[in-house]
Formats: sequence, structure tokens, C-alpha cells
Amino acid sequence: MARYIVRRVLWGVALLVIVTAVVFILFYVLPTADPAKLRAGRTANPQLVQQIREQLHLDDPIYVQFWNYLKGVFFHFDFGESYLSQAPVKDIIFHRLPATALLVVGAVILWLAIAIPVGIISAVRRRSLMDRTTMVTSLAFISAPVFWLGLVALYLFASDVGVIPIFPGQGSYTTADSFLAKCGSMLLPWMVLAAATAAIYARYLRSSMIDTLAEDYIRTARAKGLPERQVIMKHAVRAAITPIVTLLGLDIGLLLAGNAILTESVFVIPGVGQEIVLSIRRSDLPMIQGIVLFGAFFIVIFNLIVDILYAFLDPRVRYQ
Amino acid sequence: MSATGHLLEVEDLRVHFDTDDGVVKAVDGLSFTVEPGKTLGIVGESGSGKSVANMTILGLTRAANAEITGRITFEDQDLVAADDAGLQRVRGNDIAMIFQDPLTSLHPFYKVGSQMVEAIQAHRDSSDAEARERCIELLKLVGIPDAERRFGEYPHEFSGGMRQRAMIAMALTNDPKLLIADEPTTALDVTIQAQILRLIDRLQEELGMSVIMITHDLGVIAEVADDVLVMYGGRAVEAGSLDEIFYDPQHPYTWGLLGSLTRTDRPRSADRLSQIAGQPPSLIAPPQGCHFRPRCPHAFDRCTETPGLDARSGSRSHLDRCWLGGEQKRELRVGPEGEIGLAERKEPVATPTGES
Amino acid sequence: MNASADGNLLEVENLVKHFPIKSGIIIDREVGRVRAVDDVSFNVGQGETLGLVGESGCGKSTLCRTLLRLIEPTSGSIRFEGQELSELGRSDLQKMRREMQMIFQDPYASLNPRKRVGQIVGDPLELHGLAKGEERKGRVQDLLERVGLNPEHYNRYPHEFSGGQRQRIGIARALALNPKLIVADEPVSALDVSIQAQIINLLSDLQSEFGLTYIFVAHDLGVVRHVSDRIAVMYLGKIVEIGPAEEVYTNPIHPYTLSLLSAIPIPDPRANAARQPVVLEGDVPSPANPPAACRFHTRCNYATEICSQEEPPLIDHGGGHWAACHHPLNREAPQDVAAVVGGARG
Repeated sequence: MARYIVRRVLWGVALLVIVTAVVFILFYVLPTADPAKLRAGRTANPQLVQQIREQLHLDDPIYVQFWNYLKGVFFHFDFGESYLSQAPVKDIIFHRLPATALLVVGAVILWLAIAIPVGIISAVRRRSLMDRTTMVTSLAFISAPVFWLGLVALYLFASDVGVIPIFPGQGSYTTADSFLAKCGSMLLPWMVLAAATAAIYARYLRSSMIDTLAEDYIRTARAKGLPERQVIMKHAVRAAITPIVTLLGLDIGLLLAGNAILTESVFVIPGVGQEIVLSIRRSDLPMIQGIVLFGAFFIVIFNLIVDILYAFLDPRVRYQ
Repeated sequence: MSATGHLLEVEDLRVHFDTDDGVVKAVDGLSFTVEPGKTLGIVGESGSGKSVANMTILGLTRAANAEITGRITFEDQDLVAADDAGLQRVRGNDIAMIFQDPLTSLHPFYKVGSQMVEAIQAHRDSSDAEARERCIELLKLVGIPDAERRFGEYPHEFSGGMRQRAMIAMALTNDPKLLIADEPTTALDVTIQAQILRLIDRLQEELGMSVIMITHDLGVIAEVADDVLVMYGGRAVEAGSLDEIFYDPQHPYTWGLLGSLTRTDRPRSADRLSQIAGQPPSLIAPPQGCHFRPRCPHAFDRCTETPGLDARSGSRSHLDRCWLGGEQKRELRVGPEGEIGLAERKEPVATPTGES
Repeated sequence: MNASADGNLLEVENLVKHFPIKSGIIIDREVGRVRAVDDVSFNVGQGETLGLVGESGCGKSTLCRTLLRLIEPTSGSIRFEGQELSELGRSDLQKMRREMQMIFQDPYASLNPRKRVGQIVGDPLELHGLAKGEERKGRVQDLLERVGLNPEHYNRYPHEFSGGQRQRIGIARALALNPKLIVADEPVSALDVSIQAQIINLLSDLQSEFGLTYIFVAHDLGVVRHVSDRIAVMYLGKIVEIGPAEEVYTNPIHPYTLSLLSAIPIPDPRANAARQPVVLEGDVPSPANPPAACRFHTRCNYATEICSQEEPPLIDHGGGHWAACHHPLNREAPQDVAAVVGGARG
């Protein structure tokens, strides 16, 4: 088991290095604005630009720049400075992270709270009215693009512009002062982000439950005389939930890496997703690299967590 | 025990499933009894209904599309009419069941010990410590070495034979009066099968329980059964004692089964094995009357009327579903060298896709 | 291609197939081997049926696949009609495959559900460029008829047939290229008893008609006895006994063969009760970690010290009956054989 973890960690590190290299190369291959010029700003003149070029080592060979960057990250936890604001990349990201984290955590809790009971009940009461309605509704939510859902939600429920003004609307996160107020501003974003994902998870769990309920060990559980409730909750759900755990880990990793970009844009939440959009527009390489690296890190970490968790959930996996 | 002395009595059981292809008559008029302390061997091939019938005893076939009629009397209770609570009281308690594949029949994520304790605590107030004691005692009883350690292990850490022993131990936790074993050795190697059969035999004697042994292997029947039930096409076609079935078989299907066997203790008799032409009947549209009629070389006009399960051979306990008279049968079933078998059918079998 | 000097169609010598077990942190290193087939030698004569028996982990399935080079052998020689198979390049091997075909155990898994029956049986003909178009169809329909199926079902899919019928399709496919050798890996195990007899009879008829040679693998010793001329008994990757079928069944030499025979219940209550079976305790050891010297010594009732120190060689006990044992039953415990085998002795 320990050997397995060590191996995964090493591969994870290797992966991070590769991801960084790819971003580096992409930046050089794709035509973008000259970062030195951007950095210099409007008052640029050739000497200033040249000065900045030297300062940033932009004329050094690419592998030298790459190596310097890697050294900075792994030994000093220094991601460089934003071309635009000259602030340390690390600080900007950490400043942005809480908003994304709050969005993700809240959405996850909400979608699990919906998907798990719905998935289980739909599987147990297959082809019932409830099963059919939930499956159709879930299809609707999966098909609807999240930004559309977001805009519709705002239109209907935002306290400033909505038809039924009950929830705080766009941009309310920045104006919120207490933690509670911040949560309030997240209500609509949580619901929107959770809607499509809950639908997917419910269907997935339903399918997994249906397969599990057909297994021989469920028949044995009934043959032992266990009450049906125990058969479903203790035997079936326990087995059916493991693929959901894998999915969850990947989704959380992705969302923290910036996948909530559309939700953040619609609701104007100052999170990591928003930041990367701005950075790309401004060709702010250190910011882009920093966010991508952070994102890759989250994905790798959550992948690892999920794999370890899987080994705890499924004892057969441990003996490999 | 019921008033008649039988431990279990099945009367005219029918289990029909409503499927997209039509109504599948998996069990279509089955009757048999199980005596206290005896082993009933139920032999049949796939599609005979043997598994469905026995799972129905414990109500495991109940589903939205299943129609179950008939009576199953166990200790003055009708299990067909029983509600879920009533069934749960019997399952794993007075009647226990073990299945064919012990690897898939045990939950892969829970330790064997805890699955056994669960079986105990579902039916009585037992503390964890007491239940654990009992389970380890049972694991020893079924011959699992190092029982204390095995109690805390997962199913995949056991070998095939040991897993089946563990399943047997789990079935015994509440001192069942009847153990239903559905092909318990089919998935095991032959040397392990011998061990398991021996175990079940020994346990039956020591604990005085009845056993229903379901199998397609007549060798297994010869080894463990006291009484035999031969099933075909959802019905019983012959029922009698072990000797009666093997030495005085009364139904052509039984002759076919006995004739197509290969034996390791006799020299190779003929170059060709006696075979039964055709294939098992469709359960959606079974043949009219006797279900074996299309494959039977001795079928005659009366066979389009379903024969009753009656005693025609002279012994009151030996029942069969064949219109032929007892003496006629004794002539027809004997081959050129005096061996029992089914004669070659003169015309080809009229089934949709010909020879099976 | 001629048969070898002794008239043997197939000669196997010192065949080994080990599967490595790998583990490691960064790079996988081999930490052990599953010795599936561990130095096996035997011959199969033209036109005979060699039965191969053994329990799980004995290597019989791996042996079958290695013979046809569906799995590459680790070492050893396989000579078909005098031609060494392990040296053949791809195109030569392809030609050789026409002569050796296989029938598989599971009639449900071994037929492609998306192909029609006519295609399944006809594909080998097309692959080897032996027949095309109408001629091919004609040949396929011939084959279907020969195995007892209706040639009009040429365009049906496998799921429209029963288990026994699908096995017939598998047999037709194996016959398509007119092979000399057919390796049947448990061809009837997945079928109902009454259908088994039909398939066994069919295989027997085909053997006489086409002059086929069979290697017949099964775990049902009764079936194997009926079809085989000679029988080889395998245990944990080795052949422990090999000889004429009747001999092996009535005068087994190796204790494992005796316990196998002993374990099979006889479908005859009186004969069964009259036997005194030899009971084996414990489970079959893992082929990744087989016992030292004689692999059977951990479960053998006759084992002594030499059995755990020196591996017994496969020696000839006369009449083509070979066994690998330090305490052969024919010399040391014939009474035990009689008690188990019982019945009419050949």
C-alpha cells in the first residue's frame, strides 16, 4: 500500500513537470503579444521594453527559462510575478482561491444531497412515476448549458433584477462582508452549478445501483433474512457508491482547477476561473502558468486521494 | 412439522414471469415434499425450473412481473401467501440457502466474519462477542483451519473450496431445519467437490437437518440423496427413492439422462453415447400436454394430454408423469446390452431450429 | 509436410510457459512467476484422441493455447508433422494454423455476437484465401449441415441459437480449414448433460469421417474416458501420468490420478456406496508457488521424505503407461486402487 502511494506521488510530480513544460512551449509556439511590451504598458519605448526583456530573461533560451522557473517553483514556492500587476502570482492566486473553494464546496454538498437519495430511490423503484420524472428532469438539466441556467436563474430569482427577488444576485459576493453574507451570495451559483452535476450523478448512481441489485450477494443478503432496508442501504449502496467516489474526486479537482469558469463569469465571482480568462486575454504568462500549475496540482492530488480512498472502499484492490 | 409429517410440502406451484417476449412459465405445476432429516436431490437441466422453484420457497423470486400461485407449506405456514415480514423470519433462520458461486455470493467489501454475524443478529438478540464466538465455532465445524484469523478476512482471500465452506457455515448460524443447496459444487474442482459433499452429508447427520440438493449431476445425487425429484420443463416428471430412480426409472427423460452418462468405473461400452434428441422446451410456448413429448421416441396420441404425477410402477411412493404402463416402461427402457437408456427417435424432432 | 518418423502428428518436448509477476515502485521488476506449464513433453499420434485432465491451476488451458502459439511459449519445442513451430515466422505460422484449430469452452463467449453465423464459419476460408463468394457460401452450408445445423440458418446471429447449437457452430468453424489437429478446450463443460452426449457423438463421427486428431481437454473424467485413446493427467504445470485411457482408469499409477478418480461420484448408488474413496485434504497450491520436488507431496497420502527432496521423473511402467512418482501405486498399493476403482475391471 505504501509502495503504491509513493509510486503515485512520484508519477504525480513527473506529471506536474510535464504540464508546466507543455504550457511553456505552447506559449512560445502560439503567436501572442510580446510580454515585455505588455509589461511596459502604454508608456513603452524600445529601451524600456529591452530593459524589461533583460530583466525577465526573455531572451534566454527557452530551456534556461524553463529551468529557472522550475527551480523557483519547487525550491522556493515562487511562481514569479504577474506581468501586468507585478504582484507575486502566488499571492494573487491565494487571494482568488477562497471564492472558488466556497463555490465548489457548497455545490458539492448540494449535488450529493440531491443525487444520492434520488439515485437510490430511482433504482429501487424502477419505472415508477418518480423514477421516470426524475430521469426526464435530469436530462433537461444536463442538456442546459450552465451559463444559460445561470442567466435564467438570475432573471427569475435575483434580488435586484429577478422576477421573484429572493436570492442575492450578480456581483453580490464582492459586496458581501460577513461569511454568512458570502454564503448567501453563493446560493444561486450553488444551485446552478449543482443542477447539472446532480443530474449526472443521480443517473450514474441509479445505473450503478441497478447493476449492483442484480448481483448474487444481494440475493444472499435477502436469503439470510435481512430486512429489505438493510439489504439496500448496507449491501447495495455500499457497493454501488464506489464509482461515484472516483467521479467526485475528479470533479472536485477539475472545479478547483478553474472549471467553474462559466458560473464564475455569469455571477461575477472573483475566483480562479475568472482570473485565468483575464490572464489569457492579457498574455500574462506567469499568471497563466501559475494557475495551470495549481490546477494540475489539484487534479493530481484529488486523483491520488480518490485512488487511496478506493483502496479503502474496495478491499480487493488493496492486494495488488 | 406439518400434520402430515412432511417438513416442507410444495403443492401445484406455478411461477410465471411476464416478459417482453411473453409469459415465461418457469415453474408450471410442481409438487413435492421434503421429509425431516432426509436429503431430497432435485435433478434437472437448465430451463427445468429447479432453481426458480427453490428460490420461490424463500420468496426470492417475488417481483413486479412475477405471478406465483400454489402452496408451499412449512410448519403450518404457507410461504406463498406469507408477507415480507413472515418470509424474513424464515429466511436464514429455519430455512437457509446456499448458492452456486461462492465468490459472487459473498459481499466483496465486508469481512466474512461480519457477514456471518449479520446473519445471526438478523434473527436474535446476540451481542457482538457472542455472535463472534458462535461464528468461529461454525467455521471450525465446517473444517476451515485457523478459523479465528479467517473470521476477519475478506471473501477474496479464501480459496474456492473454503469460500463454499464459509457459505455453509453462514447458512448454519441459526440452526436451520432445512438447507437448500443450489448447485453448491458445480463451480468447484472435483476433489474439492468431494470434500464439500462429504461435509454436507456429515453436517446433515450431526445436526439432523433436511437438505434439498439441486444439481444436474446424477453422480452427486447418487452420493448424497435419499429421495430424488427429476424436473423437466417446469414440472416434476419423476419422484421416488434413490434406488427407485436409479434402478427402476419410470420416465423416458430419466432413461435419457441415465443413458447419456459416462461412467469412470466401467469400461467404455459403446462407441456412441445414448443421447436425447432435440432441445429443452420453450418456457413461453411449451408443448401441449407432456412437455417431453417432442423429444420422446415412445410418444403416442394420449401424450397431448398432460399426464398427472401418479404412481404407476407399483410402489406408492414412486411417482411419474408418463402415460405408459409400468411393465411397458420396463421393456422400452432397456437397450441391446441390457443397459438403461432412451431409444433413438425415429422421426426428427420438430422444433424451430432442428437439432440442438 | 510429412509426419515425423514415428508417425506422430505432434511432438512436444520440454515445453515451458511461465507468466511473470511484476511489482515495483517506478519500474516493474519480476518478483515471481506463475509456472503455468512447467516442462511438459508428450506426443500425439495421427488419428488418435489424447485426453488432458486436471483441476484448476494445472495448466491445461495454458498448454492448449501455447500449442497453437496463441500464447508464446517461454521455452521448449513443439513439432507439428516434423516442423518446429516455435521458429516459424508470421506467414509460415499462418499457413500452419490451417492444420491446427481450436474449439473453445464457452459457446456464448466464443462467437462474435455481431457477426452472422455464415460469416463466422466462412471467415477462416476468406482469411486464408481458400474460397470466395458462392463457393465459400456453398462450403459453409456444407459444414453447417455436417455439424447438424440447418444450412438455411446461414444468415442468423449467434443469439438465435441454443448453447448446444452454438457449440456446433464453433465446431463448424474449426473444421472450415480442414485441419489435421483440433484442440478442444472443455467443449462440453458449459452444456447440459443431455446436449453433451449429442456433441460428443458429433465429434466422434467427425473424427472418423475426416481422420481428425484430437486433444480433448476436460475436467469431467467420465467424458474424457469415453472419447480418449490416451490420457494425460496434469497437476500444477506438469504431466504426472500418461497412458492408454483404459489403463489409466483401471490401473492408475499416480496417487493424484487415484484421488481424482476417487473424487468423482459414480452415478450408481450401490457402486458408489461400495467404494472406499481416497479423500484429499486441503486446497490446490498456487502455481506461483508450487511445492518443492514432487508437487503433489503436500496432499499425498503416500508421501515420504524423498518426495519433498527429489522430483520424480516421468518413467515408463510398460505398455506406454508412464507416471512420475516415487511410490507408484501399481507396485506399492494396488489394494487401494481396487478399493477405489471398483466395478468391472478391464
